[in-house]
Amino acid sequence: MSDVKKFMFVNRKAPYGTIYALESLEVVLITAAFDQDVSLMFTDDGVYQLKKGQQTKGIETKNFSPTYRALEGYDVEKLYVDQESLQERGLTEDDLLVDVTVLSRAEVGALMDEQDVILSF
Amino acid sequence: MKLGIVVNEGPYQHQASDSAYLFAKAAIEAGHEVWRVFFYHDGVNNASKLTEPPQDDRNIVNRWSKLAEEHKVDLVVCVAAALRRGIREENLATGFRISGLGQLVEAGTKSDRLVTFGD
Amino acid sequence: MLHIINRSPLSDRALENCLNTASGGDILLIEDAVYAATAGNAFEAKLRAAMGKFKINVLRPDLEARGLADRLVEGAAFVDYAGFVELVVANKTCQSWL
Repeated sequence: MSDVKKFMFVNRKAPYGTIYALESLEVVLITAAFDQDVSLMFTDDGVYQLKKGQQTKGIETKNFSPTYRALEGYDVEKLYVDQESLQERGLTEDDLLVDVTVLSRAEVGALMDEQDVILSF
Repeated sequence: MKLGIVVNEGPYQHQASDSAYLFAKAAIEAGHEVWRVFFYHDGVNNASKLTEPPQDDRNIVNRWSKLAEEHKVDLVVCVAAALRRGIREENLATGFRISGLGQLVEAGTKSDRLVTFGD
Repeated sequence: MLHIINRSPLSDRALENCLNTASGGDILLIEDAVYAATAGNAFEAKLRAAMGKFKINVLRPDLEARGLADRLVEGAAFVDYAGFVELVVANKTCQSWL
C-alpha cells in the first residue's frame, strides 16, 4: 500500500469485560503490518488495558496484555496515556506494563487533530 | 466524496447498524460514494442470512444486501471476528464477503472519510 | 474535527472526556447521546459551558424516537441524516468516541 496515513486507535474500554480491547489490538497489528503511521491512545477505562500483573487463569481467558509489550517489534512505539484517566483510577505510570507517554487532555486533543484516521472500538 | 463505514455491533441488539445504514443511505442520496462497509466485532452478525426478524420489523440484513446490490457497496466481514462468532461462507447473506482486517486498513487509507458506528 | 458521541453522559464518560480533551470543532450527538442535549438533565450545564468551543449538533430522528424533541437545549442545533453526512464531509476527520 503506497499511501501512508496517520492512524490513531483510541482505547476507552477496559479489558476482559468485553472483547473490544483484544480485537482492537488485532487491528493495530494489521495496520502496522501495512506500514501505516500508528499511534495508540489510552483514555478513560482504556488505561486499565495496560495494568501490570494481569492474571487471567481464573476466568479461563487468554491474557493478551503481553502483546502491548510486543508492539515495539511491529514498530508501534507511539503509546499515549491520558494523565487524568490514570489519576482518576488511582494509577501511576509505574503501574503500567509498557513504556508510554503520559499526556494532559489538551495534549491529547492536539495529537488527535494531527491524525488522518481515528478508530475506536 | 468517497466514504467508508465501520460497523462494530450486531443487528437488533444495538442501534449502531441502523444508524450506519441510515447514514449510508443519506450519503448515497447526497451523491457520495459509500464504497465499503467493514463489519467487525459483533458487527459480523449483520451478515447472517439465517436472521429472521418478525414480519412487522425491519430486515436489517436484507437492507444491507439491497444497498450492496443497488449501489455497489462492498460489504466486508472480518474473517477472524466472523469465525469466532459462527459466521461462515455457508450462512453469508447476499452482497457480503469475508476477508481480512487489511480491508479495514484499506478502508482507512483509501476513503476520504471513515465513519465508525459501535457501542 | 467532527466528534460523534453515542452514549448518554449520565452513564458513560465519552462526552465529558471529549469536551475536556478535544480542541474544538463539531460535536454530533446520536443514539443515546441525544439525552445530553435535553433541557433539565444533569449534564446540561456542562454542555452549555462547552458551546463556545464546540458546535453542538443533535441527530433529530434519535431525539424524536426518545420522545424529547421538544426539549432541545438552547444553543444546540438539530440535524437529520443528510445533515450528518454534511458534517462528515465538512470535517477532515471524524472520531466516534466509543
